[in-house]
Amino acid sequence: MRRLLVVGAGTAGTMVVNKLRHRLAPDQWLISVVEPSDTHFYQPGYLFLPFGAYTPEQVTRPTRPLITDGVDLVYGEVDRVAADRNRVLLTDGRELPYDYLVIATGVTPRPDQTPGMLDGGQWRERIFDFYTYDGALALARALDRFEGGRLVVHITDVPIKCPVAPLEFAFLADAYFRRRGIRDRVELVYATPLPGAFTKPVASARLGSMLDDRKIAVEADFLAERIDGTTLVSYDEREIPFDLLVTVPLNMGADYVARSGLGNELNLVPVDRHTMLAKGHDDIFALGDANDIPTSKAGSVAHFAVEVFIDNFLEYAAGRPMTGSFDGHANCFVESGDGRALLIDFNYDTEPLPGSYPVPTLGPFRLLDEAAVNHWGKLAFRWMYWHVLLPGRPIPLPAHMSMAGKNIPTPQE
Amino acid sequence: MPVTTIAGRDIHVDDEGFLTTYDEWDPDLAEQLAAQIGIELTDAHRKAIDFLRADYATQGETANLRRVSTLGGIPTKELFTLFPKKPAKKMAYIAGLPKPHGCV
Ligand SMILES: Cc1cc2nc3c(=O)[nH]c(=O)nc-3n(C[C@H](O)[C@H](O)[C@H](O)COP(=O)(O)OP(=O)(O)OC[C@H]3O[C@@H](n4cnc5c(N)ncnc54)[C@H](O)[C@@H]3O)c2cc1C
Repeated sequence: MRRLLVVGAGTAGTMVVNKLRHRLAPDQWLISVVEPSDTHFYQPGYLFLPFGAYTPEQVTRPTRPLITDGVDLVYGEVDRVAADRNRVLLTDGRELPYDYLVIATGVTPRPDQTPGMLDGGQWRERIFDFYTYDGALALARALDRFEGGRLVVHITDVPIKCPVAPLEFAFLADAYFRRRGIRDRVELVYATPLPGAFTKPVASARLGSMLDDRKIAVEADFLAERIDGTTLVSYDEREIPFDLLVTVPLNMGADYVARSGLGNELNLVPVDRHTMLAKGHDDIFALGDANDIPTSKAGSVAHFAVEVFIDNFLEYAAGRPMTGSFDGHANCFVESGDGRALLIDFNYDTEPLPGSYPVPTLGPFRLLDEAAVNHWGKLAFRWMYWHVLLPGRPIPLPAHMSMAGKNIPTPQE
Repeated sequence: MPVTTIAGRDIHVDDEGFLTTYDEWDPDLAEQLAAQIGIELTDAHRKAIDFLRADYATQGETANLRRVSTLGGIPTKELFTLFPKKPAKKMAYIAGLPKPHGCV
């Protein structure tokens, strides 16, 4: 028997075991997945929880039924990978051997990494995150109570998962306060370590002007060193006082990755960006947010990368070279408030551009353009996630990015 | 790719003036590049630049601030003092490396 061990039954890990169970003969392959949580969370739904637009039940499911029969689900937490012995050690002392290991433990927000964030007495009083289930629910209560003042949306450092989520939060907050009739009593500030709203020029300009239109002030190149009480302080001594801070703490990979000597400075596993094979290890892969590939940390990326990985893995395990090559494809809906959203589609080499997706001119989705259809696409995705994506059913979208339907702006534009 | 002349030498740069050829850099050129953005190099600056060059050689990418502070051992605060306002960008410029791409 050969053993494939996957660590983490989140978005990437669940797709991998479910897909591979159908492709690897059960009498030859033992497939196991280690996961501490008996609940699976639909993280994109966290964006809607603070505004009461989703209920907690809509973003949670028991883990067990999501894992295909024939896959061994081990409830447990990994303490260390002993790569030299091909074993994974759990915190309760159990040891799991493997022939191939897939690390899919994602990243988590780490408020403990910024002085004053967790330990300054304001955490979940005036400082909130919406990148965790508990945080999003606590923020819902705080927003409910909020009657006016300065609300700062803040990114601690990049990379973060779903890099557009803080922007979406700012757009939705603007719409939410307008709906409550108190927008004129709320000052919205967007503080980011990036030089603008987004990294890539075309999308940054578009999203930046959307912030301007909504009178959301942008504090760019703002790298927070600490929080003093209710003031954000940057390394270059700029100060932003707040009444309510909605922060995205530093996102880091799991600590066991560092303990195992498999991580970089953020506990992300360095991998070959086309095959996801860990650098320096020929039997370890890292998929989803857990690796260091230079594209968005997003469920869509996890999905496209897993598609490429599955065929590659079958070749690899059969002793042949991997012929598939992941191109960094990402696509993300960007909620913009009032029932509309944008869509961005890009990869390692091509920045988000205007156009239509997936079919040229017909769409139905509109790239980099606010439209109701995109919003419906985003909402429909929750259903797709539970019923198509996680079970590993085929989605009729190509894993590789296509230039069809994209308009390359001329320099004047 | 545009070519510019610095200190009597032809240097390949991108539209924003970042060097595009790793081997066209040397410590003398660094002094010139630093002067162009108003920085006079001290040993503390050079330590950061050397780390960035060495790290790039193994990683193929320009290190971000967190990497320079954790692996290079230079606190972020100090980087902001040495290379005011936009340390990551300024360090890369002087080190003759591509502008660090903020991750998407
Ligand atoms: C607010 C928000 C909005 C988002 N919106 C979108 C969106 O609109 N579109 C999109 O594509 N993506 C979105 N994302 C990103 C998306 O949720 C993630 O990119 C995706 O979940 C990554 O999948 P993953 O499998 O790498 O990690 P995860 O899904 O986070 O799974 C990691 C798993 O590892 C487990 N684990 C951790 N440590 C250990 C350990 N030591 N031992 C064993 N198991 C462990 C965890 O319990 C978890 O189940 C959003 C994320 C957030 C937070």
